[in-house]
Amino acid sequence: MSLQAAAAITSAARGTPIPRSSRDRSERVVKSVLLSFSLLSIVTTFSIVAVLGIEAWGFFTGFPDKPGIGLIPFLTGTEWSPLLGGEQKFGVLPLVCGTVLVTVIAGAFALPIGLVTAIFLSEYAPPRLRVVLKSALEVLAGVPTVVYGFFALAVITPALQRVSDAFGTYNALSAGLAVGIMILPIVCSLSEDALRAVPQSLRDGSSALGGTKFDTSVKVVLPAALSGIMASFLLALTRAIGETMIVALAAGGLAQMTMNPASQVQTMTGFIVAIFTGDAQANSVEYASSYAVAATLFIMTLALTLTGSAILKRYREEYE
Amino acid sequence: MTDAPHIPVARRLLANRMFLATCITCTGLAVCVLAVLIVSIMMDGVHRLSPDFIANFASRKPDQAGIRAPLVGSIWVCAICALTALPVGVGTAIYLEEFAKRSRLTELIRINISNLSGVPSIVYGIIGLTAFSRFFGWRAGSEPIELGNPESLLYLRLPFGSSVLAGGLTLALVVLPIVIVASQEAIRAVPNSLRQGALALGSTRWQMVSRITLPASLPMVMTGAILAMSRAIGEAAPILVLGAPLMVLETPANLMSEFTVLPMQIFNWAGRAKASFQEIAAAAIIVQLAVLMSFNALAILVRQRLQTPFQ
Repeated sequence: MSLQAAAAITSAARGTPIPRSSRDRSERVVKSVLLSFSLLSIVTTFSIVAVLGIEAWGFFTGFPDKPGIGLIPFLTGTEWSPLLGGEQKFGVLPLVCGTVLVTVIAGAFALPIGLVTAIFLSEYAPPRLRVVLKSALEVLAGVPTVVYGFFALAVITPALQRVSDAFGTYNALSAGLAVGIMILPIVCSLSEDALRAVPQSLRDGSSALGGTKFDTSVKVVLPAALSGIMASFLLALTRAIGETMIVALAAGGLAQMTMNPASQVQTMTGFIVAIFTGDAQANSVEYASSYAVAATLFIMTLALTLTGSAILKRYREEYE
Repeated sequence: MTDAPHIPVARRLLANRMFLATCITCTGLAVCVLAVLIVSIMMDGVHRLSPDFIANFASRKPDQAGIRAPLVGSIWVCAICALTALPVGVGTAIYLEEFAKRSRLTELIRINISNLSGVPSIVYGIIGLTAFSRFFGWRAGSEPIELGNPESLLYLRLPFGSSVLAGGLTLALVVLPIVIVASQEAIRAVPNSLRQGALALGSTRWQMVSRITLPASLPMVMTGAILAMSRAIGEAAPILVLGAPLMVLETPANLMSEFTVLPMQIFNWAGRAKASFQEIAAAAIIVQLAVLMSFNALAILVRQRLQTPFQ
């Protein structure tokens, strides 16, 4: 193999004698093109912050013809009714509440099941079963989220309605469970990666001291992989907060302060969808409010992502 | 670890067995969910699948409706996304892994990429709308500038509006962090001895990358690229923000054509109360899943076929 590689290089060096100066020049050109590609990601972040920041700022401080909403009333208001014909109210808390409710339901479903499945895959499952289960998880991970939204409407909601009359066509539980199914493969495969990264010697040591498989998995391997598992949880929750199509289909369109899983809720992403699919004018207050909501959403997910990388960096157990 | 509480062996063995039972239950539940998902969609939609369903345009009558426009639209958007996100993503990965020295700037780029991958896709939709559809409000209220002949493939209109080009570029933003991270891992997996060999023979960095590192990492890079594209083809939220029309009755003719994509069409149909629309939504989902499955199969095939002797 390296013979082949070496041959390639020698023939290149011998076949086309490129003068040093032009080689250096093309080298510099390539390098600056590649650098500009990687700077594009910085430009993207900068545009996100600038666009959301400027539009949200306009929404808070006011428009030429209308007064602004103000940052404090936006962040502390408990009523959100931007579209009604009467008085418009822009307190973001009901939307945050809806997002949190859906995310909590999704997390309560997916985190425990995902973690236990990951432990099973990494510590218990025979290799062939593991391969089969991992590919099933890969299939789940590749399913577009709009499909889970359809699943929530067509399967989960009718099933819930059979259990109790309290559930309407749109409810937080159905959307939350569908989001939970969506993040399950993320929790599972990332936690499994973290568990498998724990050195075999730790398992052997635990077994040698008379630990059962349970003792080894839960009291030795799990704590050793904890930082990676926490990071996988946070990543999954970030995805749940930002999930759009499921909640747009199954959660409903009424923003309200409630923790009742049977009632309909509107999440932040659900509201953004409602604005862009509805007939709000591009220069209206409710249109501008979607940028403020998107900015709130961006800050929440950014905080979770940063926490995740901080945990990974800070609490990583090094065994090498 | 000192003074660990003494637990009788029988209880520990019981805990062991109960935990195994929990494990199997949870795993079984995850598998069941997948089975119920696939079976219920099949039962709802499979009888709606027909050549006409693929060949027809959308319609108010569910019996005549088809997915021709969204299917072709998805292909267009995916192609534009691939042509932009892959060179930029792989290029960024090459820069970070092979060229960049440890500096504040490269550290900033790294952190930035990990943060970008956590941004919800609907936020990218809003950025795409502002940047590509409206050019940050440039010429707002006036007629767009036209370049070229509207009949030609290369016809351009500035700003891009709700065109298939704006859609593809927006999805490129969504998948860019995925492409970068996958390519970085692929390049990192190439053994260092190969690089040292190339440099020792007098090649420049770029010669080393283009003739040694990149060919060696190509299978993994391509696998990552295909998976990123399958993510792009399933995204609906950014396209929804860009304002794809509810009913598109023609396939794109050039980069400025209006368009819709399969997940958007599924969203539109799934949101309607009538049962017959639910059925065609399920049928469209079957087509979408079939496309994704073939993407996955392609990724596996590439991984096996292009297995280089380097790894």
